[in-house]
Amino acid sequence: MGLSGPLSATELAAAASSAAAARSRRFEPRRLLAPLSVLVLAGLWAATAWLLDSPRLFPSPALVLEAILREFRAGELLIHLGWTLMRVAVAFLLAMAIGAAIGIAMGRMALIDDFGRPWLLFFLNLPALVTIVLCYIWLGLGEVAAVVAVAINKIPNVAVTLREGAKALDQALFEMAQVFAVPKRLVLEHIVLPQLAPYFLAAARSGLALVWKIVLVVELLGRPNGVGFQIHSAFQLFDVATVLAYALAFMAVVQLIEWAGFQPLARRLERWRR
Amino acid sequence: MAALSVVVVRKRFPAVGAAPEKLVLHDLRFRVAAGETVAVLGPSGCGKTTLLNLIAGLDREFEGRIERPAGRLAFVFQEPRLLPWRTVEDNLRFVLDGVPDASARIRTALGEVELPEVGPVYASRLSLGMARRVALARALVVRPSLLLLDEPFVSLDQPTAWRLRLLLLELLARHRTTTLIVTHEPREAVMLADRILLLSAAPARLRAELAVPLSFDERREQARIEAVARALLPDLREPIAAEAA
Repeated sequence: MGLSGPLSATELAAAASSAAAARSRRFEPRRLLAPLSVLVLAGLWAATAWLLDSPRLFPSPALVLEAILREFRAGELLIHLGWTLMRVAVAFLLAMAIGAAIGIAMGRMALIDDFGRPWLLFFLNLPALVTIVLCYIWLGLGEVAAVVAVAINKIPNVAVTLREGAKALDQALFEMAQVFAVPKRLVLEHIVLPQLAPYFLAAARSGLALVWKIVLVVELLGRPNGVGFQIHSAFQLFDVATVLAYALAFMAVVQLIEWAGFQPLARRLERWRR
Repeated sequence: MAALSVVVVRKRFPAVGAAPEKLVLHDLRFRVAAGETVAVLGPSGCGKTTLLNLIAGLDREFEGRIERPAGRLAFVFQEPRLLPWRTVEDNLRFVLDGVPDASARIRTALGEVELPEVGPVYASRLSLGMARRVALARALVVRPSLLLLDEPFVSLDQPTAWRLRLLLLELLARHRTTTLIVTHEPREAVMLADRILLLSAAPARLRAELAVPLSFDERREQARIEAVARALLPDLREPIAAEAA
């Protein structure tokens, strides 16, 4: 497209938005594949359960659903989901804030980058279990230790992602802002944050997946409630249906956060792209 | 009355790895009067962009002294350097912090570059020609006391470049902004500038200083530009004919 008159810009914008609308409205058979694959997985599970015929050690989907409903009616499910969700939220926010600060500092300042790299390597390779055990020993078997242990596990991943983002910031735009004497707060809002947003989002998405799994281990090792605690209790009774019930319930919560939170946010952040 | 005064005794880039130290600008002195448009013309790679970076204060590592007029500075870079994730209007608002009549100014500036309707469009959706016009609007909207342009119409097709030069010619005549334009394109310099500073290859020094004897109307005729360019700069090679709109 070459240079065009005043009208074509609006035409262009209109064309872009109507093309996007058409894309989302058109029926695509490929879209059926994901639900189909979920059904196939459930079918395989049900068939295996039927073949093994051992409802205690390998319960069918129906038995697990029953266990979910039973725990829900007993009022247990929501309480334990709530505890776990709270720990996930606190550890997640802590890890995002601290990890982002470290990562951005490393990405922008070579000295901090050189100094911090060995630390990052150390904490990236430190097994989650060791962090958890040490936090419980040093900070006591409490809520603070639990959340700190989870955050420490996640901070290096956030830092690495945000460091890449900070390194990739476009220098040419900073020069433009400097020439036009644009104040720092506007540079942060309009140049820095829009460029870091995709990295924040990537760190948040992978972070949520990692954090909730580690929270379960923390709960299993030293908390009197939460999904991890319930799974531990069910494990001692060899109650596989309850183990799966809690796991599936929390997986559903995480997926809900992805659908209702991250995906709309990602679409919003990507709106300006062609 | 000189609005801009430039004295660059030496500008060198230090040795990096195997590359030796490079002297880019040497003994370069000139002045630009208030309201004057001066073109800096020189071969590619002779240090013209470096010179603009020194004047803009983006690079302070040099021997010499540069005095800029009081007031705001505006820069039209080689690439438009818009914020692709912001609308055209927000791109202009970005340089207007604390200006009370920002919205009215933005409307006027977009009208002046003949893009009155692109305000709500994301900058990422603009063609290169439109993006360059928006970059020009962003420069004018701050009502600069000094306007710097770095090859502002490079890598556009010839008819588009010609139309944008006509537009810039009108805007410079209207605003009488003190302007320094850097180019490697002799006809662009002749068409737009009151005075041309001819630079040598690197290390760049002033080879000649040429006044351009053309009126505003004559500058809109390609034949006149071509004739003056040939008279002033005898070592011109490619003809201008390809630029017919």
